[in-house]
Amino acid sequence: MSHPLLKVENLRVSFHIKSEGDMPWTKPRELHAVGGVDFELKQGETLGIVGESGCGKSTLARALIRMVPGSGKVVWMGGDNLLDVSKSKMMNYRSEIQMVFQDPLASLNPRMTVGQIIAEPLRTHQPNLSNAQVKERVKKMMQQVSLLPNQINRYPHEFSGGQCQRIGIARALIVEPKLIICDEPVSALDVSIQAQVINLLMELQRKMGLSLIFIAHDLSVVKHISNRVMVLYLGKVMEVADRNDLYENPRHPYTQALISAVPIPDPEIERNKEIILIDGDLPSPLAPPSGCVFRTRCPKAQPICATTPPTLDPQSDQETHLVACHFA
Amino acid sequence: MALLDVQNLSVSFKTNDGVVNAVNDVSFAMDAGQTLAIVGESGSGKSQTAFAILGLLAQNGIASGSVKFQGNEILNAPLSTLNKIRAADIAMVFQDPMTSLNPYMRVSDQMVEVLIHHKGMSKTEAIAESVKMLDAVKIPDAAARVRLYPHEFSGGMRQRVMIAMSLLCKPKLLIADEPTTALDVTVQAQTMTLFSEIQSEFGMGVILITHDLGVVAGFCEEVMVLYGGRVMEQGPTDPIFATPSHPYTRGLLRAIPRVDQLNAELDTIPGSPPNMLQAPKGCPFEPRCQYAQEDCVQSLRPLTEFATGRKRACNRELEELI
Repeated sequence: MSHPLLKVENLRVSFHIKSEGDMPWTKPRELHAVGGVDFELKQGETLGIVGESGCGKSTLARALIRMVPGSGKVVWMGGDNLLDVSKSKMMNYRSEIQMVFQDPLASLNPRMTVGQIIAEPLRTHQPNLSNAQVKERVKKMMQQVSLLPNQINRYPHEFSGGQCQRIGIARALIVEPKLIICDEPVSALDVSIQAQVINLLMELQRKMGLSLIFIAHDLSVVKHISNRVMVLYLGKVMEVADRNDLYENPRHPYTQALISAVPIPDPEIERNKEIILIDGDLPSPLAPPSGCVFRTRCPKAQPICATTPPTLDPQSDQETHLVACHFA
Repeated sequence: MALLDVQNLSVSFKTNDGVVNAVNDVSFAMDAGQTLAIVGESGSGKSQTAFAILGLLAQNGIASGSVKFQGNEILNAPLSTLNKIRAADIAMVFQDPMTSLNPYMRVSDQMVEVLIHHKGMSKTEAIAESVKMLDAVKIPDAAARVRLYPHEFSGGMRQRVMIAMSLLCKPKLLIADEPTTALDVTVQAQTMTLFSEIQSEFGMGVILITHDLGVVAGFCEEVMVLYGGRVMEQGPTDPIFATPSHPYTRGLLRAIPRVDQLNAELDTIPGSPPNMLQAPKGCPFEPRCQYAQEDCVQSLRPLTEFATGRKRACNRELEELI
């Protein structure tokens, strides 16, 4: 029987917040950044996670590899729960799950050369390799991400944003992981560079059979790269579906609003399309609305939404399409 | 008479590493009520063009050419002249609403300042006017919120405050520098809808500086595409999107994934934007252009009109681009 690469059950992340002016004995308030997320990721699949800033998408990703403490279950290849295993064991898993971060320059150590940066995971996870072997691997990796191997002794500031992101990708790929978590990998890049990095990621994924978790706020980019897409709002999953289903037939009012708000670079379509405007701002995650978290801004909200939180259920006509809404 | 007439505007900066020519020979004119988009990637000179118009360049910046506002030359005008124009006639909305608002001042104090200075209002009048303007940009409970500090607003609200502030003196021209880049899509949609409403209400001209072609498509009548400090293409929005005449514009339009379409692979523009310290002699796009030939390294044809209202700067003929 084949297991999914990653099976996440009821993943929760909370932070304890102390506000200024609180007395020393005041109990810290709880902020639920991620409130019970379930999903599965198959080998070679790309899961896109979208949502607005503050919806918990980055925290969710970080919780998967224990960069922030979470509770629940993250089952890796039908075996261990990553949230339970010992620190030394987690170390081994970290070579199978790597991360690419948003800010290409800030996520590279300015005092290390490109060669050292890319080699670092290799030296940590495979300490037996000789220097020559490491160098060989680094050069090969640099070629794969279209960096010139003769730039191995340069420093990050000598590279452009797009090239820095390639270095970040090379660093993640050098230990031959099975899963890469990309946290907004292209949002800091210019449009003409963005396409290069997206194509590179997709090409490497095909070649190396990688799975990707691709976090972004840009719905067009997520549509382009993902097989399945998950929509988050205030730490809760609103809708998960196969890419085409979600974009062509969004069923959650929030997803509908999100997709309608994305500008389309075609004047005729863009001027005539109907935008579902949602009023107001994201509620504070410290005091989320009762019932359905989206109800305060939802055009379809009814009294039941305030009392009963909707469950994430498969649609009767489409089993792979999960929606958390009373009226979907 | 055009509202704003910019002719041969060039901006250069003296730096320790040499002279950077950020903007070269930009010309455009706009009438009241018109919307113009200045599109380009980072470093293309789009913001510096706007800063030069309002005399906001950094100390080492030098602007040359001519900028006429309602017939009067304002480029490099003395501060006393510019101060009368700024906010009152030409207002600006900046990209980052958190860093452009003063965190130590209440929103009311920041807004009142503008009205007292330009309109000579009393403080009470000015506050009433500010509340009215915050109402106009749909900030709920404006009368109470005007007393808050910027950090007490969310990102989208702060951008609304910025917009309200820029509208206080009912300017004839509004320059918005990436007004929605820092915002989420749903908030961006709110903000752009607000812009459209306000524009039809106040009838001012708007220059929108952005890299987002989707926003341009929905909002602007005219587009100017900048690359490496030069105008690549200029003209009405619809034909530019339908039949882009410059290899850069074409590449750009094909490189963006669209939410309403599905492409197997994105076309890319190889390479990266030019380093402006070693500004190319010829066409700045030459190293990345698939149609480039030897002459492109040496020189670039000036911007020429090839169809009604449409201009392009490219050594290759339109027919050569397939």
